[in-house]
Amino acid sequence: MATHTSEDVNEYRLVLEGITKQYPGCLANDHIDFKVKAGTIYAVLGENGAGKSTLMKIIYGVVKPDSGRIFWEGKETVITEPVHARNLGIGMVFQHFSLFETLTVLENIALGMNKDDAKDLDALAKKIVEVSNRYGMALEPDRPVHTLSTGERQRVEIVRCLIQDIKLLILDEPTSVLTPQEVDTLFTTLHQLAAEGTSIMFISHKLKEVQALCDFATVLRAGRVSGSCRPKEESITNMAKLMVGDETPVSHDYQKVVGGDDFLRVVDVCLSTDNPFGVILKNIDFTVKQGEILGIAGVAGNGQSELLAALSGESILDESGKILFPETDLSEQGPHIRREAGMAFVPEDRLGQGAVPDMSLSDNGLLTGFFQGMVKKGLLLPKPIRAFTRNIIKKYNVKCIDGNCMAKSLSGGNLQKFIIGREILQQPRCLIAAHPTWGVDIGAAISIHKALITLRDRGTAILIISEDIDELFTISDRMCALFHGQLSPIKPTADTTIEEVGRWMAGVFSDEEHHQVETLS
Amino acid sequence: MMDMDLIANILFATIRTGTPLLLVALGELVCEKSGILNLGQEGMMLMGAVVGFIAAFHSESLIVGFAIAILAGVIMSLLFGFIVIQLNANQVATGLALTIFGTGLSGFVGLNYVGESLKGLSEMPIPLLSDIPYLGVIFFSHDPLVYLSIFMTVAIYYFFRKTRAGLIVKAVGESPEASQAIGLPVYKIRYLAVMFGGGMAGLAGAYLSLVYTPLWADNMTAGRGWIALALVVFASWQVERAVVGAYLFGFMSIMHLILQGFDVSISANILATLPYVVTILVLVFLSKNQARIKLFAPVSLGKPFHRTN
Amino acid sequence: MMKLKLEVRGYDSTIISYLSPVLAGLLTILCGSILFYALGKSPTQTLYTFFILPISDLYGVTELFVKAAPIILCATGLTICYRANIWNIGAEGQLLMGGLIGSWVALNLLEVEGSWVLPVVIIAGMLGGTAWAAIPALLRTRFHTNEILTTIMLNYISLNILLFAVHGPLKDPGGYNFPESALFSSSETMPVLVEGTRLHFGVLLAVLAVAITWVLLSKTFIGFQIQVLGKDARSAHFAGFKESKLIWIALLFSGATSGLAGVSEVTGPIGQLIPTISPGYGYAAIIVAFLGRLHPVGIFFAGLLMALLYLGGEMVQIELGLPLAMTGLFQGMLLLFLLACDVLIRYRIVLDRTKPQETIATTNLNPASGE
Repeated sequence: MATHTSEDVNEYRLVLEGITKQYPGCLANDHIDFKVKAGTIYAVLGENGAGKSTLMKIIYGVVKPDSGRIFWEGKETVITEPVHARNLGIGMVFQHFSLFETLTVLENIALGMNKDDAKDLDALAKKIVEVSNRYGMALEPDRPVHTLSTGERQRVEIVRCLIQDIKLLILDEPTSVLTPQEVDTLFTTLHQLAAEGTSIMFISHKLKEVQALCDFATVLRAGRVSGSCRPKEESITNMAKLMVGDETPVSHDYQKVVGGDDFLRVVDVCLSTDNPFGVILKNIDFTVKQGEILGIAGVAGNGQSELLAALSGESILDESGKILFPETDLSEQGPHIRREAGMAFVPEDRLGQGAVPDMSLSDNGLLTGFFQGMVKKGLLLPKPIRAFTRNIIKKYNVKCIDGNCMAKSLSGGNLQKFIIGREILQQPRCLIAAHPTWGVDIGAAISIHKALITLRDRGTAILIISEDIDELFTISDRMCALFHGQLSPIKPTADTTIEEVGRWMAGVFSDEEHHQVETLS
Repeated sequence: MMDMDLIANILFATIRTGTPLLLVALGELVCEKSGILNLGQEGMMLMGAVVGFIAAFHSESLIVGFAIAILAGVIMSLLFGFIVIQLNANQVATGLALTIFGTGLSGFVGLNYVGESLKGLSEMPIPLLSDIPYLGVIFFSHDPLVYLSIFMTVAIYYFFRKTRAGLIVKAVGESPEASQAIGLPVYKIRYLAVMFGGGMAGLAGAYLSLVYTPLWADNMTAGRGWIALALVVFASWQVERAVVGAYLFGFMSIMHLILQGFDVSISANILATLPYVVTILVLVFLSKNQARIKLFAPVSLGKPFHRTN
Repeated sequence: MMKLKLEVRGYDSTIISYLSPVLAGLLTILCGSILFYALGKSPTQTLYTFFILPISDLYGVTELFVKAAPIILCATGLTICYRANIWNIGAEGQLLMGGLIGSWVALNLLEVEGSWVLPVVIIAGMLGGTAWAAIPALLRTRFHTNEILTTIMLNYISLNILLFAVHGPLKDPGGYNFPESALFSSSETMPVLVEGTRLHFGVLLAVLAVAITWVLLSKTFIGFQIQVLGKDARSAHFAGFKESKLIWIALLFSGATSGLAGVSEVTGPIGQLIPTISPGYGYAAIIVAFLGRLHPVGIFFAGLLMALLYLGGEMVQIELGLPLAMTGLFQGMLLLFLLACDVLIRYRIVLDRTKPQETIATTNLNPASGE
C-alpha cells in the first residue's frame, strides 16, 4: 500500500487513506486509498454494490467511516456532516436527487446552504440565474421542482453546489437520467469547471462515458480498489475486466429478427391522472409482433410508469383507447384477466410492486403465478406453490437459502432474476418488462438478456421499457422513445442510431429539422 | 327575523367552542407538516385537562394550571416521539396507544378530583372594540386563550410562509431522506414538531377543564382530539383553513344547544351525535377530491424513517 | 463517547416478535409494582391480588373465559383488518350496534318460545355489527375516506344511539324508569355450559371465530390476498387483487365478529340491554390484536391476559381499594411497551463505537506511517 509523506499529502486536494466501512453483512469499503488533485476529473468505476456510493457519502460527511484517514488540503480532517463538507468546499450531486418536489428551485437551493449565506433570498435568486447561465444550465428560481424535467432537476443539484465556492464536485451516476445530448452538455460544463480548477469525482459504471470525460479512473470491486488507469489510454474491455473480474463475460451480441403477426395492439391509448405530479399519456399507438422485442427508450418520468400501468390493467384507460391481444379487446379488463389471457409483466420496482418485501419467495411466486394450479376452490395448494418457486430458483440461478426466505433479504440482482423467472416460467404469450436489468451486475444482466432472447425465439411478443439506451440497442428488434407521455416513431433497431433515439428522448420526433413536440398538455 | 342578540351569542359560543379544536389542530398541523402523524391527540388533551385542573386546584393559579398542562402534553408527546422517531415504530399504532394510555392515566390521576370545581378563566373584553354592537360580543369579549389561539394561527401562518425554519419543517415532512442528505437534523426537527403538537394539545385540554367547563370528568374531551385530526385534513394542511374549520365544527358542537333552545323535540342523545356525523360528512366530501389531498398532504406523512450513519 | 444506537438487522427476528409481548408484559408489571409501591401497597401482595387471585378457583377461570370471549371476538375481526392494513378502530361501535340490534330483535320476540329464537337474535346482532362496519367500508372504497376517523366517529355515534335506545324506545315499561330494557326470556339467552358458572355458549363461538380466522388467513387465497394488500398495496394492485373487495371482506368480517361479541354479551352474562354493555372491549381488542401478533392463536392468549387485567382491576378495587382506572392504565402501558419492544424485531441495539478522537491520536503517534 502507498506510503504518504507529508509533501505527498500537501500536493493533493483530497487524500483518502485506508477508508473502511462495515455494514451488517457487507464490507462496503475495505481499506480504500484515493488521491484527488485540483482541476482534474476522476472516475470512480464499479458495479452496483461495489462501494462507490458509500465512499462518496463518507467524503460528503453523510456516513462515518469505521476507520481510515481523510486529508483535506493537506490537513487531516474528520468530516462530521454535510454542512461541514460544504464549508470545506465539497459539493455532491446525488443519484436519487435530494430535492423537495413541492418547494421552488430557490427554496431548494437555500435549504442546501448555510443559514447565513441564504439570508437574502432575492440576492440568492439573482446569483442562481447568473451561475446557471454561466455554465449553460438555465434555471428559473421560482419554478416548483415538481414541474421540472429530470435533466432540469439535476441542474438544480449542480447549481446548488456551484453557488458556493466549490473545490470538489462529486457526481453519483449523473448520466443515467439524461438523454445522450444532455450528457454532452453536462460534460461540457464539467470540463469548464475543471479548467477553472475544480476537482471532479464522477461515479459511473458506464465505461464509454468515463473514457470520454475522465483523466483518471479508479475501479472498485466488492469494496476494494481493484485497479486504476488512464481511461483514454485503456481499452474498454480491460476496464470492464477490472470491474467484474476475469470470469464474467462482459458483452454479448444478439441476432436481430423481424417478428411475425401483430400480437399486442395498442391503439390510441390516453390516460389522464389524478396525481398532481403525474404524466398524462397522449394517443399512444404501437404494436408488438409475435417473436420480436420492441424497445421503448426514455428518461424516467416521461410516462413510463403510466404506460406500464395502462398495459397491465392497474390503471383504467380513457375512453378512446384500445388494447387488443391478439384479437380480444382487453381495454376494460383488470390485471387478472390480462394475465389469464397470457400476458406477463415485470414491473418497474422490484420491491414493493414486483415482490412483497416481507413475504417469502414462495408467497411471492404465488403473487402472480396463481394461475399455475396453485389455488383450488379458494384454498391454497402448498405443494405446487413450493414446486413453482423451487423451479424459478433453480432455473434462474437465484442465490438464496430456500423458498422460505423473505424477498427483501435477496440482493437486487437476485430478486430481479426471481421476478423475471417467475414471469417467464408462466410461459406468457406476451411479456411486458420494465428496466429488466436495472441495478443488476453485468453477469446477471447477460443471463437475463439471454432468457429474454430465448423467450422471443419461442414466439413471445416482448415489450421492454428501459432507461438504458445501450441495453435497448443490444436486445430490441425495433425501437422508439417516450417523451412527455407521447411516443416517437418506431424504427427497426438496425435503421436507427443512438443520436436519433436521443433526439426522440428529448421530444424531437420529426426527421426534418428539429421541430419540438408540444410539451404542455 | 331572528333576534340579533341571540345570533351574536351563538357566534360568541361558536368561537369559544371552536377554540380548543383550533389549538389542537394547529399543533397537529405543525406536527404533520414534519411528516409525523400523531393520533394521540385525545390522550394528550385528557392529560392536559386533568393535570391542568389538579395544578390549578392546588396552586389556585390558572397560569400554573395552563403551564403544567402544556408540560404534561409535551411529556406525553415526547413518549410518543421517542417510540416513533427513535424506535421507528408504526405511527398509527403508537398514536392509538398514546390515546388509550392517556385515557387510562388521566382517569387514574383524576380519580379524586371528579366532582370538584374551581373558578375558571374569565373573559377579558378588549377595551373600546368590545363596545362595537354585536361584533364586540362576537369577537372582542373573549377569554385570553381565544386571543392566544388567533395569535398562534397568525404566527404559524407566518412561520410556514416566511421563515427558513418553516421551510425546513416542510422539507423534512416531504422527504426525510433528502433532508438528511443535505444535512438537516431530521430527528431534532421532528421531535420539536411533535413536542409543539403535544404542548398545544395539553393547552387545549386545559382550556376545557379550566375555561370551558371548569371541572374534571373522565373522558371530558369527548372525541375533540379526533375531530381535530379530521380538521387538519379538512384544512388540507393550510393554517388559514384550519381556523374556518375549527369554528365550523364549533358551531356544529353547539347545534344541539341551539336546537334545544328552539324547543325542537329531538332526543339529546341523538343531537349529541351531530358533531361526529358532520365530521364524517365533511371527510367524505373532502376525500372525494384525492388530487387535492395528494397536492397538499406532507409526502412522508406517517412513513417510518430510520437515520443512517 | 459510547452511546447506544439502532442498527438494521437486515432480517426480521421471529424469536423477538414472540418475545416482545412477554417483555412488554414484564415491563408493565414492573411499572405496575413501582406504582403500587408508590401508592403504599405491597407490590407482591397487589400483584398476587391482581393476577393470581382472580383465577385461583374454577369459577374464576370460567369468569376469565366469559370476560375474554367478547375481547377475542372483536380482536379476530380486527386482526383481519390490520392484516389488510385497514385501521379499523370501530370494533367498539360495531359491538354496541350488535348488542343493540340483537336486543331489539330479542325484545320483539319476548313472548315467542322455540329453539330458533336465539339463533335469530344472534344473527340479528351479527348483522347489526356488519351493517355498522359497512359504513366505513362504503366510505373508504367509494370516496377514499380515511377509515381511522370514520370508525372512531361511528363509535361515538353508536354509543349515543345506544343511550337513546335504553332511555327511550327500548326502555323497560315496567322498570321504574331505569335506563334498561326488560330481561330477555330464557329461550333468548345463551345456554350455560357448566352449571354454577356463567360460562356460556358465546365462549364456544369465540373459539370457533379464532379457528375460522386461522383457516382464512393461512389456508385460503382470499386470506393471502388480504395479507398482500396489507403488506404492500402496490404489489396487490400489480397482481390484480381487487382492493375494494378485500376491504369490504375485512371490514364486514370484523363487523360480524364484533356484532357477535355484543349480542353474546347482552344474551349471555348481562341478559338485557343496559347502557354499559362494554367497558371498552372494542378498544381492548386493539391491544389484544397487536399483543397476539395478529395471529389467531396469539390473540386467544392475549385475550385471556386482557380479561385478566379486567378481573384483576376489579379484584384490587374490592380487596385493596385501588381504583378501577388501573385497568385502563395497564392496558395503555402494555401497548406502548409492546410497540417500543417491537423495534428489536427489525433492529438490534449496538454500542456506537465511532470515536473520531482516536483517529487523530493515531496520527500523532505515527505521523508518516502507511502500512
